[in-house]
Amino acid sequence: MSGDAANKTNDGILRRNLIGKAAIWLPYLWLTMFFLAPFAIVFKISFSEIVVAMPPYTPTFDFGDGIAQLWQNFRKFSFENYIFLTEDSLYWKAYLSSLKIAVISTILTLLIGYPLAYGIAKSPRNIRFILLMLVVLPFWTSFLIRVYAWIGILKKEGLFNQLLLSIGAIDTPLTLLNTNFAVYIGIVYSYLPFMVLPLYAALEKQDETLLEAAEDLGCTRLKAFWTITFPLSYPGIIAGCFLVFIPAVGEFVIPYLLGGADTLMIGKLLWTEFFANRDWPVSSAVAVILLLILVLPIMYFQQSQARAQEASK
Amino acid sequence: MNRTWTPYNKISVTLGLAFLYLPIILLIVYSFNASKLVTVWGGFSTKWYAAAFANQALMDAAWVTVRVALISATIATVFGTLAAIALVRYTKFRGRMLFSGMIYAPLVMPEVITGLSLLLLFVAAGIDRGFWTIVIAHITFTMCFVAVVVQSRLITFDTSLEEAAQDLGCTPLNTFFTITLPIIAPSIFAGWILAFTLSLDDLVIAQFNSGPGATTLPMKIFSQVRLGVTPEINAICSVLVALVTVGLIISSLSLKRNEVKRAREAEDMRA
Repeated sequence: MSGDAANKTNDGILRRNLIGKAAIWLPYLWLTMFFLAPFAIVFKISFSEIVVAMPPYTPTFDFGDGIAQLWQNFRKFSFENYIFLTEDSLYWKAYLSSLKIAVISTILTLLIGYPLAYGIAKSPRNIRFILLMLVVLPFWTSFLIRVYAWIGILKKEGLFNQLLLSIGAIDTPLTLLNTNFAVYIGIVYSYLPFMVLPLYAALEKQDETLLEAAEDLGCTRLKAFWTITFPLSYPGIIAGCFLVFIPAVGEFVIPYLLGGADTLMIGKLLWTEFFANRDWPVSSAVAVILLLILVLPIMYFQQSQARAQEASK
Repeated sequence: MNRTWTPYNKISVTLGLAFLYLPIILLIVYSFNASKLVTVWGGFSTKWYAAAFANQALMDAAWVTVRVALISATIATVFGTLAAIALVRYTKFRGRMLFSGMIYAPLVMPEVITGLSLLLLFVAAGIDRGFWTIVIAHITFTMCFVAVVVQSRLITFDTSLEEAAQDLGCTPLNTFFTITLPIIAPSIFAGWILAFTLSLDDLVIAQFNSGPGATTLPMKIFSQVRLGVTPEINAICSVLVALVTVGLIISSLSLKRNEVKRAREAEDMRA
């Protein structure tokens, strides 16, 4: 690239004009107001008590009250919702089970996504674009519809069971829908493009001559893959795994539609607390803890994204 | 990386794509099923499409969804493009870490958290939930996707073009509108399409932030899916899939053509 000097001159010129200022301040203000500030409110409400009213909670403290009043109220701070969460084993079981389901599905997505991304990266240049588009296309069609489509396949009288019965693989239909197995399929299916794209990006830009050199030096193809191609694709693997893992932990639609009554996931629990039990303080506390669990992976993901951006300059 | 496309590669690509497409294809096939039983084939029929289009509640929801998506995608595209410019062009300004954090975090944030927190904001601010709260919520999470799409194009942008324009007496603002914007336009368009489809698709965030009279299509589909699979839902889903697919093919072909044209022009210049 033309280097820092060019960037700097542009910086100077743009900064003084309207667009330069707007570029920073408009998105900044919007995101602070509608992304950052709401977290403060969730945090606040997670310390308040449930009442039968609208909104169904008593505010614990108000920032408009002045310091003395604030301190008064601070002492009334209620950790009740959090204590409730630790006392009821349902909640920590749900957190653990969400993490387990997310880890297993992330690994499964990687196992299916890697050969797919690798195959596309190896494909002839003229069809590569089409193959890539074919991977991305389902991601653009409705998430809900894609999850819904699996209900018809996995049902007891569904297409998968019909197929197995007709080829004689089984005698009685299997119970597939409303199990954790169905949730795994749903997550892998929905998030596969998120895995394939970063993997493809990492694999596609690899220097072919490295592999040639390895083979010239007597490396077998398989060994060359494991010692060169695979380690070089780590950034893609990491980005892909985070893109699948983080949203999967808080997934709601998939466990709700494909999972069973015994599929415990925190997103589903939060939804039930909020919409069915109308317990806003407890659902806020559930969200705060979920956020605390995810804050490290999210920050790590951001850092790696920012690094990747710097590197491609 | 283009030497040998081994049979192993071909098989893994074929199987991967089959996995991605079979469920959707089956859904579309069974939307033409004459039988009320979703999984038993009873002959070809388009009656479920007629039924879906005659369903007023479904059509109202579709109209709300399209309006939300049009408005939110357009505003999100403006904000997202500005954010991309800030991220790529300004390497130093106060709070840049927080800024980039707020761009990347919504990409992976579980929807239940985004939805719940925004709702609580609206309640705390005393704003009635409805059409516009969904729009605000959708702008917030889709603008980050737009920012990432536009950013990837801006990174490879040749800034000497802007310098040349300014050397020739163009004002910075003029340079932006006559040089920068036309060059990154395809990625802005791609960002808009992405924001539009994300908004069309969203269930969780809309469910949290909607109020009476503002039911979107995914919310409607969701409430019906809970009662079981019906051919009518299959039909409306197939229509949605077809619309999105056609739109995407057109937009990505135009992007591709633009790319080819640019490559050819670059070659001509070198010659």
